[in-house]
Amino acid sequence: MTTITTTALAAGLWACPDCRTLCRAGVGAGATVRCPRCGAPTRARKADSLSRTWALLIAAAILYVPANLLPVMQTSSLLGSSRDTIISGVVYFWTSGSRGLAVLIFTVSVAVPLVKLASLAVLAHSAGRGTADPHRLGQLYRAVELAGRWSMLDVFVIALMVGMVRFRSLAVIEAGPGAAAFGAVVILSMLAAASFDPRLLWDAGGETPHDQ
Amino acid sequence: MTAPPAGVAVIDGLTACPECDRMHVRLPVRPGEKAACVRCGTVLYQAPRWRPDEVLAVVVAALIAFALANAFPILELRVQGIASTATLLGSVVTLWREGRELVAATVFATTWLAPLFDLLAMAALLLAALRGRRPAFFAPLLRLLQAVRPWGMIEVLMLGVLVSLAKLSHLAQVVPGVALWAFIALTVLLAAVLSYDVRGLWRLAGDVGGAL
Repeated sequence: MTTITTTALAAGLWACPDCRTLCRAGVGAGATVRCPRCGAPTRARKADSLSRTWALLIAAAILYVPANLLPVMQTSSLLGSSRDTIISGVVYFWTSGSRGLAVLIFTVSVAVPLVKLASLAVLAHSAGRGTADPHRLGQLYRAVELAGRWSMLDVFVIALMVGMVRFRSLAVIEAGPGAAAFGAVVILSMLAAASFDPRLLWDAGGETPHDQ
Repeated sequence: MTAPPAGVAVIDGLTACPECDRMHVRLPVRPGEKAACVRCGTVLYQAPRWRPDEVLAVVVAALIAFALANAFPILELRVQGIASTATLLGSVVTLWREGRELVAATVFATTWLAPLFDLLAMAALLLAALRGRRPAFFAPLLRLLQAVRPWGMIEVLMLGVLVSLAKLSHLAQVVPGVALWAFIALTVLLAAVLSYDVRGLWRLAGDVGGAL
């Protein structure tokens, strides 16, 4: 097999973000070329990758506070009304004996968003420096991209409960203001992950002797 | 002799790793096989297990499941002789009317609009590819499909349906509706459709004006 030990960028080629065709690089900083195969604007690296990642990440971190403090669901029934936050929902499952469900909801609604925000911060922080281990950080990036979407679970559960429990006088469930904040956290962190360019992790380090 | 202008794809026999930018010679892979980056292990490209006409059949089956999943109630709740049913879109409308427009729009976009668009776009693209043509809509539609795909969350909704089922079974008598089974079928069929790497379609359908 022919061995190539260079990156596309070093060879003067840019990969199209959509169809991955290698295009001859444009000239000048911030230049954009049009991919001849699919027409997508192609740059050396994703546009303003780190500043966009940081901006979306900070917005998600700010909304994480109301998402956890405000009620996501309000239940009114003949027996009175109650307001549930994400954590109190987890506690309810745990105390009512559904421990498996409690662990599931806690994982996707509390642990995954927190770990995702922290991981993206580590990735965006190290990308500009090139000191860290790009192998491990690359794996972290892939895990973050895979897991993020499952945080939407609680939003869907709330939506379904609201739609189904409508017994006018007996019991009604409504979505609380926390639900919108929580959905926004998930969407913003997905956008932050998509804005991050994992190639930046490798760019600073130059060629590493890992090649087989 | 002058160098080709910027943006023109130079060598189609090469590909760059989307995560670390390392260049590779494109080697042929057998159906079901994947080519991985020697430096970071990311999948570079894969040969589809199925032929386009087989995928098209699954897409049509998934569209039927989608129609059933939306035409019938997911669950029926019975409390003291009063029954309440809800469809997915019914839940979205309820959320919207209650003033939770943001949550309603998020649920609608991720569990209805994105999956439906994915299936319709796949049908159009596969039909074009099967005819060996590349109509004017091909490149913009395939690019849009790649952008929309991460936002379709049917599998997360499926888990959400199961969690709300468990939650509601404490409060009322729960009768599974037709749509529950349709959602299970849709989740399985859609997973099969999504496992087909649409990037392969860029090569399947040829190129603009044979520029390469």
